[in-house]
Amino acid sequence: MSEVMHTIGISDMKVSKFPDNFVTFALGSCVGICLFDPVLKVAGLGHIMLPEFPKNNPNENKMRFADTCVPLMVNEMNALGASTSRIVAKIAGGARMFEVPNDSTFGNIGERNVIAVKTALQKYNIRILAEDTGANYGRTVYFYSENGTMVVKSFVNGVKNY
Amino acid sequence: MSITSLEQLNEMHLDVLREIGNIGSGNAATALSQFLGVKVDMTTPTVRLLGIYDAADALGGLERATLAMLVRLTGDIDAIMMFIMDEAFISSILNILLGDGTLDPMNMSEMQRSVISEIGNIMIAAYAKSIAEISGLFINISVPAITYDYIGSMLSVPAVEMGAASDKILFIEDDYFGETEMASSANMMLVPSIPSLNKLLESLGIEL
Repeated sequence: MSEVMHTIGISDMKVSKFPDNFVTFALGSCVGICLFDPVLKVAGLGHIMLPEFPKNNPNENKMRFADTCVPLMVNEMNALGASTSRIVAKIAGGARMFEVPNDSTFGNIGERNVIAVKTALQKYNIRILAEDTGANYGRTVYFYSENGTMVVKSFVNGVKNY
Repeated sequence: MSITSLEQLNEMHLDVLREIGNIGSGNAATALSQFLGVKVDMTTPTVRLLGIYDAADALGGLERATLAMLVRLTGDIDAIMMFIMDEAFISSILNILLGDGTLDPMNMSEMQRSVISEIGNIMIAAYAKSIAEISGLFINISVPAITYDYIGSMLSVPAVEMGAASDKILFIEDDYFGETEMASSANMMLVPSIPSLNKLLESLGIEL
């Protein structure tokens, strides 16, 4: 088996098995969701942009939204043999990249994205083992299926392992 | 009829937007040139419908660190203007205005920050004022926010805030160049929301 690094775009996700790994570049207010079944080494990375799927537009991309991307990931992982009860999560992103003075609503989306991801994970009782969220800087996320390590790289803080 | 997604824009619409970019950036370049007392040139604006990743690629890659200034336009329209300045551009401006172009982007002095904000303000205000004049729309400009970070992380902001219905984003993009003293470039982009895009085109007499 050859090792593959899957690149996840914006509003995109991918689920696979060891030895496949994942990367998503330059998250801003978007959130990267890493899910992992440690027994079967089934892993997935999703890159959501917004909190909630718009019910008035059923043709929208489900991977763009926290509340629809998480169920998609869980289902695809289960299809690869994972068990929902074993799946654990690590999340990163949800920054407020720009602080516009006197405009408190601008830039809230990152925080709302993080809350929406947590709510979606809660529905499956998926535990969050680590998070690197909020603050005001961009992040690139690598996710490794060998042991579920999430590596967060940022211009501001360098490289951190979770 | 009105446009509900960016994909519905036709060549004529894009031409009109290109002209808006042309007028806006022409005024911004003049403002910069007057302020600095040097000649500033610009390229013909490009109007492109791009995915965020492709836009970042066009500007040097997702993880390229750069300085960006963001201003929110409110009033009759809702839009974001983002001004991306590379290090050489900032450095040459600091050199002209302060006599020292030394720059550590992560640790800028108050004076350097203030000079950069002022330059961005002057250019963005000139750009926005010219759009307001030709369209007859009232446009208010927020105080600028400045960030130095991955270009990909910053570019997703206008997309998320303005174009939430799509991963694509309409860039009305202009490059500024200085001669000799300023052999560097900066990009200014205007990102309107979909309703504001309709309003802008309609105010210019374009039938949608």
